[in-house]
Amino acid sequence: MSSPRTGLRTAGVALRAMLVLTVVLGIIYPLAITGIGQLALPWQANGSPVKVGDKTVGSALIGQSFADADGNPLPEWFQPRPSAAGDGYDAGASSGSNWGPENPDLIAAIKERKAQIAEFNGVDPEDIPADALTASSSGLDPHISPAYALLQVARVAAERHLAAEDVRALVEANIQVRDLGYLGEPTVNVLRLNIAVDELKG
Amino acid sequence: MDVLFALLQVATLALILALLYRPLGEYMARIYTSKNDLKIERVFYRLVGVDSSSEQTWQAYLRGVLWFSGVGLIFVYLLQRFQTVLPYSLGLPAVPEGLSFNTAASFVTNTNWQSYSPEVTVGYTVQIAGLAVQNFVSAAVGIAVAIALVRGFSRRRSGTIGNFWVDLTRGTLRLLLPISVIGAIILIAGGVIQNFNGFTEISTLTGGTQSLPGGPTASQEVIKHLGTNGGGFFNANSSHPFEDPTAWTSLMFSVLMLMIPFSLPRTFGRMVGDKRQGYAILSVMATFYIASVAILSALERVGAGTAPALAGGAMEGKEQRFGIFASTLFGTTSTLTSTGAVNSMHDSYTALGGMMPMLNMMLGEVAPGGVGSGLYGMLILAVIAVFVAGLLVGRTPEYLGKKIRPREIKLASLYILIMPTLVLVGTALSFAIPGIREDVVSTSIWNPGNHGLSEVLYAFTSAANNNGSAFAGLTANTPWLNTALGLAMLFGRFIPIVFVLALAGSLAAQDKVPATAGTLPTHRPLFVGLLIGVTVIVTALTFFPVLTLGPLAEGLL
Repeated sequence: MSSPRTGLRTAGVALRAMLVLTVVLGIIYPLAITGIGQLALPWQANGSPVKVGDKTVGSALIGQSFADADGNPLPEWFQPRPSAAGDGYDAGASSGSNWGPENPDLIAAIKERKAQIAEFNGVDPEDIPADALTASSSGLDPHISPAYALLQVARVAAERHLAAEDVRALVEANIQVRDLGYLGEPTVNVLRLNIAVDELKG
Repeated sequence: MDVLFALLQVATLALILALLYRPLGEYMARIYTSKNDLKIERVFYRLVGVDSSSEQTWQAYLRGVLWFSGVGLIFVYLLQRFQTVLPYSLGLPAVPEGLSFNTAASFVTNTNWQSYSPEVTVGYTVQIAGLAVQNFVSAAVGIAVAIALVRGFSRRRSGTIGNFWVDLTRGTLRLLLPISVIGAIILIAGGVIQNFNGFTEISTLTGGTQSLPGGPTASQEVIKHLGTNGGGFFNANSSHPFEDPTAWTSLMFSVLMLMIPFSLPRTFGRMVGDKRQGYAILSVMATFYIASVAILSALERVGAGTAPALAGGAMEGKEQRFGIFASTLFGTTSTLTSTGAVNSMHDSYTALGGMMPMLNMMLGEVAPGGVGSGLYGMLILAVIAVFVAGLLVGRTPEYLGKKIRPREIKLASLYILIMPTLVLVGTALSFAIPGIREDVVSTSIWNPGNHGLSEVLYAFTSAANNNGSAFAGLTANTPWLNTALGLAMLFGRFIPIVFVLALAGSLAAQDKVPATAGTLPTHRPLFVGLLIGVTVIVTALTFFPVLTLGPLAEGLL
């Protein structure tokens, strides 16, 4: 349908167009956005770092583990959701479990978590909210539900020899309401809450 | 209460899109009909060697699409293969051949299927100069093809359907780039990262270590959604808090994904000189969209199935800041627009809930579909619909004053057949070829039972429809799936484009026939209903048997 010469001419145009567009869209555009971001919004552009004193201890957006080296949850800290990122909250390996609703591994994991959380916090297994029993999509979910945070108050207060009502007040102060009042779900940022609770003196 | 919030969320989205429909649709019509070039465009045409005032036949237009995409394919492939010598590659090795092919095919076809895990596979240069560039230009190609088809309807006795290079340039520079610049800055304000920091090692509150990723994410994230691409900067895609930090950024992504596909009917109406035709097409798209959002949201809210019932809610694979409804809204938007981004893991949806993203794609990505591809897909279905109506009353069918003759019907029918063939043959071969079946079952499939079949079916549905989302438990980085899905993406994109442009050429060459009392009006509810019916029948009859083996069996037994 076309002579080899027109085909070759079109190929030349295509190649030059791709090169020029790569310079504009693949180099100038991202560098310009980076420049604007670094100048105008450096905290967000660099990952919303959270500091204690002058030491960065994490990101306000990325969940982290509050477990010992063997993966056992540390009772003096509020615990995040289960995580399927690497060995848990591995920020270089974001991932969900991808287990389906009838997968025996998921069913077993939920049963085990339910028993563990009930015992760990001394609560009725039926009072445990769904977010505490399920792994998030990213494996890096920085949040838990207010219900799961409140459920952990007694344990954390006892471990830290703090008054339960003080810790409860802290949780309530850390509840983030829905965006615009109706988008998404209310959350509690686990890292921020734990920093706050660590600063509470008994 | 949460149901009220869910309704408010959809109402907010609908309001924003309604406000954008006219100005954006009109703006796009002006872009693609204007006789004037911007100064920067004239520089571009000179550099590239294009005469912007010349017009192309459909064959020349197609040649431009194919050569440009072919160059893109080779370009993205080579960038990955030579990653080690590129700057900011984070010490990552060259991407293997099979995976490089799959990824190049994926981004050139506007699919953004990801057999790879970005954090451990591609450095920043491949992301910004390879993948993100394709995010822009593959979207611009899609819109260009749709506009060429619309010109087929609007022109009479014309041998040409526009100039591909002009349409490509204007779509990129006047539409996608300006919106992306503004959107990227808003996203950074919302918490999306934009840096070249690489991984930063930090000491956590308990004294452990965590390696936090960096990257030029916001600039890519915005076009990923605006261009209905979907390829995540990180493995967890838009559920990663650095990609989608809040519920409001998630809603903004839905706006970005839907704004062009839902406004293109206005562009279409304007260009064919009858805005009511645009409203009719919009009504069909919106009906599917609203029904699909409602069904998926209800299914996930009810949370049927052993694991969700045990946990007290379908929260496996969902982020707390999104909950059920911000996840199902995003999931529906992403799978009905051929974007394929995810902010929740579809593999972990309830059995029937997980069927909805699949059904969304199986509709053929037309409600509202990908940028451009949604409009041309829907116009093909409209051609089929007037043909069916013509058969019922025994008249030669017409659409927008153009006779739908055997040639037009042949082209439309061939278009319709490509996608289901790729999906069903690809899925069937994965289980039928000895050697490959064992590999698929032992290596690729993650969940046991019917759900495993669903994972493979989902993959081919996603690839052939250029969506890119996945039942992500599937390990797709194998020789069979990299090759088969790569080919499904290329065939699923470019074979239909050949038919669309041939149809455009055929229609443009025709004169217009005047409407008579016997002409079926294509702006009335009757036609809207007919088009909805045709879309459902074409899909449902084709895919119902295989769905009974996968999600229906899992959800109903």
